[in-house]
Amino acid sequence: MATVVVNVALKPEILDPQGRAVLGALGRLGLTGVADVRQGKQFVLTIDGEVDDAKLAQINEIAATLLSNPVIEDFTVEVRP
Amino acid sequence: MTPRVGVITFPGSLDDKDAARAVRLAGGESVALWHADADLHSVDAVVLPGGFSYGDYLRCGAIAKFAPVMEKLVDAAKGGLPILGICNGFQVLTESHLLPGALTRNDHLHFICRDQKLRIENNTSVWTSEFSIGDEILIPLKNGEGGYVADEKTLDQLEGDGLVIARYLDVNPNGSRRDIAGITNERGNVVGIMPHPEHAVEKLTGPTTDGLGFFTSILKSLVNDGKVSV
Repeated sequence: MATVVVNVALKPEILDPQGRAVLGALGRLGLTGVADVRQGKQFVLTIDGEVDDAKLAQINEIAATLLSNPVIEDFTVEVRP
Repeated sequence: MTPRVGVITFPGSLDDKDAARAVRLAGGESVALWHADADLHSVDAVVLPGGFSYGDYLRCGAIAKFAPVMEKLVDAAKGGLPILGICNGFQVLTESHLLPGALTRNDHLHFICRDQKLRIENNTSVWTSEFSIGDEILIPLKNGEGGYVADEKTLDQLEGDGLVIARYLDVNPNGSRRDIAGITNERGNVVGIMPHPEHAVEKLTGPTTDGLGFFTSILKSLVNDGKVSV
């Protein structure tokens, strides 16, 4: 079994109202000095067997089409043994 | 033959019945299409209705774009089939890359439900041809993720090519860039709009009948193209 983690985040130039709301809450909870909060999504895929190059390419394709919207989001793919 | 306008129902669609009714009130025949349909039943145009397709999980419209019927619809759109996406339908169109940009969380985070004034900015698309540029209309708006965003280059291009079909007037309800409420593609056959013209087609239930213009526009366009007669 292997784990593949796909992280999706809004592109820096896209406004993140949810992150901004969290930032507001941090201030009320007494955590100061936080300049910005950006909220994203994490997908943890548990894969049967090995993650070979073909499988990884497939996951990258899915990350670019389903898991993220390339118009507004960036993603990273990380394989964990 | 009366123009046949398909309305696609996804699991979680809400406004498919209203869209079908608007088609009929405008004088067309509405055809119910299902998300799992393998073909478009030879319709002359398609409406993607509002709602929460597939629960809006992941992103609004993101899962709907992989529905079997959408594969046919994307090909048909490229062939010139008229398509109107309303609210969630607009989100499906941007997720499917049939229209540029994306719809994101309202900048103030609240779900908004109000009657919204718009200014019509394009009357060359097949869905807006019955309007005049500068017409002010009042139709319902109800969304949580209706903020239209795109990069500056895309926004400039939309404006430069006259592809913004309607802009919010008086108040920008969701943080949409440049007050954009609706856009069309270059060919003018695919239109997406965040507010709901199909809820403003009868005095009894809507604030106005201003929304009817979108549906009479498409029927007239189809007749003028010689595709159908009335």
